[in-house]
Amino acid sequence: MEILVCIRRVPDTSENEIELNTAGNDIKRDDLVYSVNEADNYAVEEALQIVSREGGRVTVVTVGSDEDEEILRREMAMGANQGVLISDDVFSGSDGKGIATILKAYVQKNHYDLILTGVLAEDGAAQVGGMLAAMLDYPFASLVNSIQVVDAKKLKISREIEGGSKEVNEIDLPCVLSIQTGINEPRYVGMKGIRQVASLDIPTLGTSDLGIDAGAVGEAAAKVKRMDYFVPAMGKGAEILQGSREQVIEKLIELMKAKGGLK
Amino acid sequence: MPRIFAYIAHKNGVADDSAAELATAARKIDAAASPVAVFTGFGPELETACGSVRDSYVEIWKVAKEALAYPNAELVRKALLDVLPRGCIVLVPHGHFGIDLSPGLSIKMNSAFVSDVVNIEGVEGFGLNLVRQEFGGQASAHVRCDSSCGAVLSIRPGAFKPPETAALNGNVVDKSAQVGALTAKRRFVETIVADAGGVDISKEPVLVSIGRGIQEKDNVAIAQELADAMGAVVSCSRPVVDAKWLEKSRQVGTSGKTVKPKVYLACGISGSFQHLAGIKGNPFLVAINKNPKAPIFQVADIGIVDDILEFLPELTNRIRESVLSVR
Repeated sequence: MEILVCIRRVPDTSENEIELNTAGNDIKRDDLVYSVNEADNYAVEEALQIVSREGGRVTVVTVGSDEDEEILRREMAMGANQGVLISDDVFSGSDGKGIATILKAYVQKNHYDLILTGVLAEDGAAQVGGMLAAMLDYPFASLVNSIQVVDAKKLKISREIEGGSKEVNEIDLPCVLSIQTGINEPRYVGMKGIRQVASLDIPTLGTSDLGIDAGAVGEAAAKVKRMDYFVPAMGKGAEILQGSREQVIEKLIELMKAKGGLK
Repeated sequence: MPRIFAYIAHKNGVADDSAAELATAARKIDAAASPVAVFTGFGPELETACGSVRDSYVEIWKVAKEALAYPNAELVRKALLDVLPRGCIVLVPHGHFGIDLSPGLSIKMNSAFVSDVVNIEGVEGFGLNLVRQEFGGQASAHVRCDSSCGAVLSIRPGAFKPPETAALNGNVVDKSAQVGALTAKRRFVETIVADAGGVDISKEPVLVSIGRGIQEKDNVAIAQELADAMGAVVSCSRPVVDAKWLEKSRQVGTSGKTVKPKVYLACGISGSFQHLAGIKGNPFLVAINKNPKAPIFQVADIGIVDDILEFLPELTNRIRESVLSVR
């Protein structure tokens, strides 16, 4: 099975406190630690596990810039056979549809049985996989938390729905699935693994390689634009307990007794 | 203004709470709007569900097809494409079904898409000024959406209050005849209901809930010891389950359990809306987090800015001592 996994490099929210810059229109980006989007990493692991059972190849692709090559290499160190960087100045400012348009052009130049994305990235939009599927007229399922290959034509998948329940579906190949975190346990990648793939070639493709109409992507084509970031006016907010740790603990115990949390 | 349609999720003959919230969202786009509720489904449950939103909508469109008895996003999309006018604005609740349906629907309608909208601040011509959240709620963003070719907006559940207007006594219009043959490349097989697990956190009055801040599996014992000392039970947020440190049955949130405790200690939990949506009954909420900007502090009653790995063991010791001294 030929599997494509679409990945993205994002600020790692488990490593960073997201703060606004002094102008208040963007987040502070200088000291951010970037890594591969968490759900995308689960998607790559799932692809590798499918290929180890069924045979085939895993390609990881990202739309970005030279800086994003590091995440392609990281996922190649996990075992992905090929990394592809799609990069062009005209892609700057693309909205979700623009990114899906770029990926569609890449997919149509190749052949994949299965395309995976992470369910969502740092912007929480959960949109590119579903858009890409609709553009390709492939079936789509989101929030996928298990994949079983039935035969060369179809998969049996489950989706995470409310209350921890699962919705089981059959889906025809080729298809696009957005992968939920927790579907597997992504393998560890050490420095040694990354060194081993350091010299592998990662092709960079642009509009002319993919036959993309520059007018259909980038800022000019984007119908959705983020104007700025802000911190919303807080509601009442928590009463922050002040004092030494001992004092805080005493106050907390008192409060919990009053509220029935402690006998 | 383009016409506004609200896709209504429903189950067992009852419209989802989001139905009335979408009516509010529609009127925030256009105060004079008379949004149309759109239902897809089949059988008597569909009829009852349509009737249940007559207070919130003047016009209710019903698409009844056997193939739509279970909401398969691919089939629902086809049905909506057959009935909705081009250039309209479609509101969809941002749940697991909305995530399945909305992005592809926007492509097929050739309209703009904005996901998980939490507020609508105004309209300038075809430009919709919307608010979203990013980075798990750590930052909000103003988003401008060009709706000149229509728009699909998925709306965060609970973000808009149901309208207080009097009963509109809406009419149900049957649009089923406009919908062509429905076949899909994805087919619903079954729903597997979650295992209740050994401990039912939904019935516990006091929860010590842990998140990503617990950092590693061995540290879960720190929370368990505190819970034991308090006579409480340990629950958690999604990353703890993803890492396989606790069972899925311990997870609080939209994709886990809904809990109604008296006291909820959120330890190392940032406070994503998916997690908070699982906490009902307005408990006394204590947040302990070393990041003073964590969104959880906006909704907690009491906040403690500290490292849970140091704070919780000391709290446990102090509670144990006080229990001994009482005896």
